[in-house]
Amino acid sequence: MSREPINPASGQPAEKKRRKSIREISPIDVYKLLPKINCRECRESNCMAFSTRLVNGEVVLLDCPPILTEEYREAHTQLIELLAPPVRAVTFGSGPDAVTIGGKYVLQRHEFTYHNPSPIAIDLHDLMPEQELLDRVKTIGEFSYNYIGRTLSLNAIAIRCSSRDAETFRDAVKRVVAASKLPLILCAHDPHVMEAGLSACREQTPLIYAATETNWKQMAELALQYRCPLVVSAPVDMDLLRSLTKTLFEYGVEDLVLDPGTIGEEGLAVTIANFTGLRTEACRHFDELSGFPLLGIPMTVWTGSEISEDVLKWKEAITASMLLSRYADLLIMHSMDGWVLLPQMIWRFNIYTDPRKPVSVEPGLRAFGKPDRNSPVLVTTNYALTFFTIESDIKAANLDCYLLIVDTGGLSVESAVAGRYFNADSIANGLAEYNVESLVGHKTLIIPGLAARLSGDAEEASGWKILVGPKDSSGLAQFIRKRWSPGS
Amino acid sequence: MADSKRKKMDGEMLLSLAPQILELLKGVQQVELENFSMEIGDLELLIPTSTAPSHRHAAAHAQKIKPATLFPERFTRTPVTFPAKIREVTLGATRAEGGSRSRTVTIGGATSPAFSDLSVPPVHPPAIALDVFDMEVPLPKVLKDNVREVMNDPAEWARMNVKKFGADLVTVHLTSTDPLFRNTNPAQACRTVDAVLQAVDVPLIIGGCGDPRKDAAVFSEIAAMAEGERLLLNSVTLEMAEAKTLEKVAVAARKNGHVLLGFTGLELNSAKELNRRLYEYLPPEQIVMDLTTVALGYGLEYSFSIHERARYAALMGDAELQHPVISASTNAWGAREAWMQMAPEYGSRELRGPIWETINALTLFLAGIDIYMMMHPAAVLTLRELVGRLNETRPVRPEAIHDWVSVRI
Repeated sequence: MSREPINPASGQPAEKKRRKSIREISPIDVYKLLPKINCRECRESNCMAFSTRLVNGEVVLLDCPPILTEEYREAHTQLIELLAPPVRAVTFGSGPDAVTIGGKYVLQRHEFTYHNPSPIAIDLHDLMPEQELLDRVKTIGEFSYNYIGRTLSLNAIAIRCSSRDAETFRDAVKRVVAASKLPLILCAHDPHVMEAGLSACREQTPLIYAATETNWKQMAELALQYRCPLVVSAPVDMDLLRSLTKTLFEYGVEDLVLDPGTIGEEGLAVTIANFTGLRTEACRHFDELSGFPLLGIPMTVWTGSEISEDVLKWKEAITASMLLSRYADLLIMHSMDGWVLLPQMIWRFNIYTDPRKPVSVEPGLRAFGKPDRNSPVLVTTNYALTFFTIESDIKAANLDCYLLIVDTGGLSVESAVAGRYFNADSIANGLAEYNVESLVGHKTLIIPGLAARLSGDAEEASGWKILVGPKDSSGLAQFIRKRWSPGS
Repeated sequence: MADSKRKKMDGEMLLSLAPQILELLKGVQQVELENFSMEIGDLELLIPTSTAPSHRHAAAHAQKIKPATLFPERFTRTPVTFPAKIREVTLGATRAEGGSRSRTVTIGGATSPAFSDLSVPPVHPPAIALDVFDMEVPLPKVLKDNVREVMNDPAEWARMNVKKFGADLVTVHLTSTDPLFRNTNPAQACRTVDAVLQAVDVPLIIGGCGDPRKDAAVFSEIAAMAEGERLLLNSVTLEMAEAKTLEKVAVAARKNGHVLLGFTGLELNSAKELNRRLYEYLPPEQIVMDLTTVALGYGLEYSFSIHERARYAALMGDAELQHPVISASTNAWGAREAWMQMAPEYGSRELRGPIWETINALTLFLAGIDIYMMMHPAAVLTLRELVGRLNETRPVRPEAIHDWVSVRI
């Protein structure tokens, strides 16, 4: 490596101190530094249990009150050093809606897990007519989607200065603050304009966009004065980005966010390579100047020469999804169309789930609502997402029913049918094992539409009458209304 | 059988845990550490919701002088070379090579994770295969609209896929051979494949019905009928090994010069095991892997991570995983968000469906997919354009995005 890690205090290259990756830190390493008094103030049974959960990323040091006292100051500092993620965690916004970005420990999700799902900010600008601006703020706040029982929503508002006028910008920020509690990103290159905007949201701790080659000193002063995190922007100039990052950090602005430039289309290869390069240096080579959250701005596709709005939205959607996969810790988007946002919100939820978590649920029989002897009996596989999807549909439709969950080794219905894990025998065994016959006064079983081909064999193997249900559980309510009568 | 499968998956899950836990698990079920003991079962693994505060810079930061000018810096990527590479596999054969295709498609050859390093462009760009079915199958309306007039004629359908949508390959799904469906016999299946071979000059992928016995019978006859064409037979499985039909297909593929697609369900140990079985019968250059593609919203993250793991392990030297990989992006259409009419704020399914397939494909594109099975023309076009774009490494003009802060839109 040609680059030496810097020592921020002296400005001299420090001796390379190889940090341990989170995967190399053992509970013992942590335990040695803990108070070892088993006081249980953390609600764990002892200090070792706490240290195990700490290295698993399930609790934080703040959960250990004694370590925060003067007595353990040195150990506390060492623990902070030991456990700090290679990508800094930066928070903006205030109150319960504040968002934390970055805080990543690993390059690839399967190495550990990703923390802090990337917030999606939607833009607006200060020349929008008042009503249009207020409508947009309202829509941003209200847009949501219910996905396997969770509410997915948008997380922040980026206010852009189109007017290049400080007063106009200040007014727009004021209006947004009055209408929404969402965290803000103030976007302007002129420090005077930025100061006007900041003065209108002193309590909100917005993210400042952006320090550049020309304005970095004034922006640094504003960030320090208003105690706000600051974006460092140097589109596709990685050397400049690094210069700015080092200089601003030396200046005393520690909560930095990096904008290496988002360029769709002809710049997509370079964009993805730059995001990947920064994250790789941070997580694999512990380069401190790369260890800040990354800002992706898919809305830049709107500045090109393309005219068709649907094409622009399409390009924004693919740029956003690729950046979510490739290390963007925060996104600024323009499209408010559900078909653009839905895949981003779902994919974000998905890649931030813990890959160490089982992909399957326990097989067994589940009762929903208040089933009686005439209630329908359904069957499905024990793939976690299959189960959660059906569970959420059953609950949404207020169905009273039994759901038999067959052990398919965590495979979905389609794969389990293809792989013969979900077959006539496994269905018949499930019915017998959980004694379903004793719960209802009929012998009719609804199987998934995707397992239709099993109906004949399953009837033979189980002695139950098989009713082929819908291919997608969203159709269950209607199916049961139309087709279900016990003993039919 | 389901039970043993489940245990294997549990073992697999454990492998992905933090190594220290693995260390604790080795051999013993209970560990004693100084004044502490615990049962392994007590370890609950949850989704972490918060993270340690990052104070690592803080210590060195007490007193400093504000710099007046920018520190000069250079960003350099630490050079990383991987000890191994992905095998290259060629599909289709020209007349000179013993087949009848006008061109062949070579996939694989990767020497580093996809698109991680601009200085290492892909050796072969990913190839795109478009589907045809040998019988009418239920398709989402948005897909059906594009192919309605050719749906009853696999040869015509294949021709349209190549001429109109630019398919690099065509997949012929012999859905009708399913014993629980029409149970079409191998001879009929051969006639269908032959008709498609006559209709188009690109390499073919032959899709079975999923029954380990029937597929073996059908694949073996097709392998002989299309000798030398270097078809990709989709797919062979561990269930075939259990049903003792794997050898028959593998030998037929070797004798007649075809390539096998090994299909396993999101489980790398199974993928390796299947490959080991196949090495007994044919050279590794005749094996492609399908590690399973799940729809966005229904577990795509499992597919993403399994592909990242497989590729990384392969490049680090795991020879049993050094095969090109295939992804059925069409599986994206299994997600209800792709095909269902939804409330107006979620947009029309005419756009939602194609973007679903596109994002499904692009996500796994980043994980290194070598060959895609796709359906919607918009998804195909987008992927093809991006394949070209991601190979472009010319410097870009930053001024192209300069105005996003002040643009009035």
